[in-house]
Amino acid sequence: MFKLLISRFFQGLLTLFVLITITFFLVRAMPGSPYTSEKAIPKHILDEMNAYTGFDKPVHVQYGRYLKNLIIHQDLGIMFKKDGVKVYEIIRDSFPVSLALGMASMVIAMMVGIPTGVIAAVKKNTPTDFACLSFAMLGICLPSFVIGPSLAVGSLQIQAINVAGWSSPTDWILPAVTLGMINAAYLARLSRGGMLDVLSQDYIRTAKAKGVPEYKIIIRHTLRGGLIPAVAFVSPAFAGMISGSFVIETIFQVPGMGQHFVNAVTDREFFLIQGLVLFYGFLIVGANLLADLAQIALNPRLR
Amino acid sequence: MLSAEMFRLLTISALCLCMVSCQKESQVDQATREGILIMGNSSDPKSLDPQVVTGVLDSNVMRALFEGLVQFHPSEDLTAPPGSALELTPDETYTVWSVKLRPDAKWSDGQPVTSEDYAFAYERILTPDLAAKYAEMLYFVEGAEAFNKGETKDFSTVGIQIIDKENFKIKLRGPTPYFKEVLKHYTWNPVPKHVVLKHGKIGMIGNPWSKVENHVSNGPFMLKSFRRNDHIEVERNPYYWDAKNVSLKGIRFIPVSNPFTEARMFRDGQMHVTYSAPKEVVDMMKKENPEVLRQEPYFGTDILRFNNKRKPMNDVRVRRALSMALDRAALCDNIYSGYKPTYGLTPPTDGYQPPRLVKFDPEEARKLLADAGFPDGKGFPRLKMLVSSREAAATIGAATQAMFRDHLGVEIEIENKEWTAYLVAMQSLDFDLCSGGWIGDYIDPLTFLEMWTPGNGNNNTGWESQEFLNQINLALQVSDPTERYALLRKAEEILLNDAPMAPVAWRSKNYLIHPSVKGWDPVLLDCHPYTNVSLVQPNKD
Repeated sequence: MFKLLISRFFQGLLTLFVLITITFFLVRAMPGSPYTSEKAIPKHILDEMNAYTGFDKPVHVQYGRYLKNLIIHQDLGIMFKKDGVKVYEIIRDSFPVSLALGMASMVIAMMVGIPTGVIAAVKKNTPTDFACLSFAMLGICLPSFVIGPSLAVGSLQIQAINVAGWSSPTDWILPAVTLGMINAAYLARLSRGGMLDVLSQDYIRTAKAKGVPEYKIIIRHTLRGGLIPAVAFVSPAFAGMISGSFVIETIFQVPGMGQHFVNAVTDREFFLIQGLVLFYGFLIVGANLLADLAQIALNPRLR
Repeated sequence: MLSAEMFRLLTISALCLCMVSCQKESQVDQATREGILIMGNSSDPKSLDPQVVTGVLDSNVMRALFEGLVQFHPSEDLTAPPGSALELTPDETYTVWSVKLRPDAKWSDGQPVTSEDYAFAYERILTPDLAAKYAEMLYFVEGAEAFNKGETKDFSTVGIQIIDKENFKIKLRGPTPYFKEVLKHYTWNPVPKHVVLKHGKIGMIGNPWSKVENHVSNGPFMLKSFRRNDHIEVERNPYYWDAKNVSLKGIRFIPVSNPFTEARMFRDGQMHVTYSAPKEVVDMMKKENPEVLRQEPYFGTDILRFNNKRKPMNDVRVRRALSMALDRAALCDNIYSGYKPTYGLTPPTDGYQPPRLVKFDPEEARKLLADAGFPDGKGFPRLKMLVSSREAAATIGAATQAMFRDHLGVEIEIENKEWTAYLVAMQSLDFDLCSGGWIGDYIDPLTFLEMWTPGNGNNNTGWESQEFLNQINLALQVSDPTERYALLRKAEEILLNDAPMAPVAWRSKNYLIHPSVKGWDPVLLDCHPYTNVSLVQPNKD
């Protein structure tokens, strides 16, 4: 186990290094710079700004400086369109919001998705199964920009729930339900598939023949193996959920990290793009490691 | 931090849900009762430093926090009530302006606002090291451009002369009878010298003086809290010289980037005033609740740029033909909302009427195109029209495409680029036709005409005219407002006859406003002085 952990740790470091490098050069290949604006900036002002940020140097020199600042000073760089703000401040301020929202969404997704999938598998080819499958298909097919505004418009009638914002204690409900329902749909399908696979195994038939009650078969013998596909999905999905969603945050005015992913690209906030990609990469690497460990715990054959 | 936030969210929300039926008051009702104005503001400002910010949404916050020598008038565009200046007197040529500051003007930390603060602010914004993008706004001052370009390091060469703590003089590069209009711009606001220098040098980029914990301002409000992507809240400044006449107790700016989310928040009672209202929302509110919808003239023009360096747009007949083939009324009726068809470039104001040289005339357009060697559009190259991915630009492009096809027999292609890529292509003249627009910085035709002078970074057409430049330079030397307007009108005539671009529509400002907001009247720059705004609970009977 320790060997596996060490191996995965170094693989993760290598992945992050490659990610930083590719992102750095791709970002600089985009047309424009953080200083591109509708109203032209006089050349002497532009020269001053480029000298301040080091953009007047060749790209490989900029890359070396970036790596040096990142590794030695743990400095992710500055924002260009937010005066005096550092990239780490943006992540520090927005990540807790995305994390809280992502966790609430994940709880909803798991509480709705897994039981739906399990029930569908147990009641295979019955109207209950079809109803569960329809729910799952609906959740997968309907994009968040349809579900979100629909829920928001519907909640206009409920005085206690704001349609957008992050100031009132109930403001997390609509974005968490929107984000949660989409993932619940995937979880339902994966859980159903995994459960069906296990339910067709010989040892389940043996248990049934021995007269073990159905609920015991499901809880003790099926769930553990049947949820492996769902667990493999949950970890990376969780990393995605806690790093925010541009659509959800824009629809519900949530001050999370998701909208920075898109705005940083359109604003050419070079350092913010790199910082966010690095942070997201870190989350994905960590989540995948956790998923591997969880699968080993669930499946003895992997040990 | 997280566990505390999660715990707070889950427990309090459970309690709140149990009390759904008890909660009746909306956020707007509560804020009205408390005297807090809630405004949509599209995005967070770039900074809380008036010398660093550059945009319209930034100016909304700056207007609450800072006050310049003059203020915006609540309903008259060309009137400038006194701000920090008790007196602002020009000499007979409108070149030297004497300023006498209010003795009771104070910063929010209780320190007096002095001539030194103003001189320091002007020196700071012009200091090359600060790289202030809007430093150009101070080029009206004699010697300011040379100082900003680093041609001299001696600030005494700039036309600012301190007489004493309350008096100073501003010497301009030439007669500027409209100087009070220019002074309304936030770049002319003072900054607290004692605070700025406490946190860094004069030319320091990212000086932390403007962070929440250090911020000091001289406007009717002062900073209370700032949570990125969530809100900025300001509260009444007790040291403001006219604090007793400020009705609002505070303002909360909400940075809602999605106009549809903003409209939903307004309908849900979460906002008094929205930043904007897209056409779909305008159409819906016209039916549902027309009394909260405002569509007011705005000091901006949508234009279609021609690349004057490329064939066949280097031929004035082709440019004029393309301009005459644009059915501006149809565009305004069907695509834009509240916009007006142009007949000139500069939006008309009380003082200035642009020449009526822009028109829709397909017959004349076909004739001009035939004269240029393209009868019925035959042999005309397939041009590309550059549009941005923002708002209705693609729809305007499609409509333009259809108009050129129908009226001239000319085919064009639409090239849709994301915002920054679009700006890069426009500024490097990598286009045939390009949709765009311009919003005036101050109410004067010069803000729409100066950009077309040779070498100006905002020209972006490749067009140059010595005759036009001479006319502008002449106008810059004249102090009589009537004569000056006549010269500028002549310059606009030269511009429109040569048609380096086609003015398309004069903009309007569309937004939603709650009936409780009073003292919010139409003004061309959409700069409403908050000192005049009050909140009155509407009678629900």
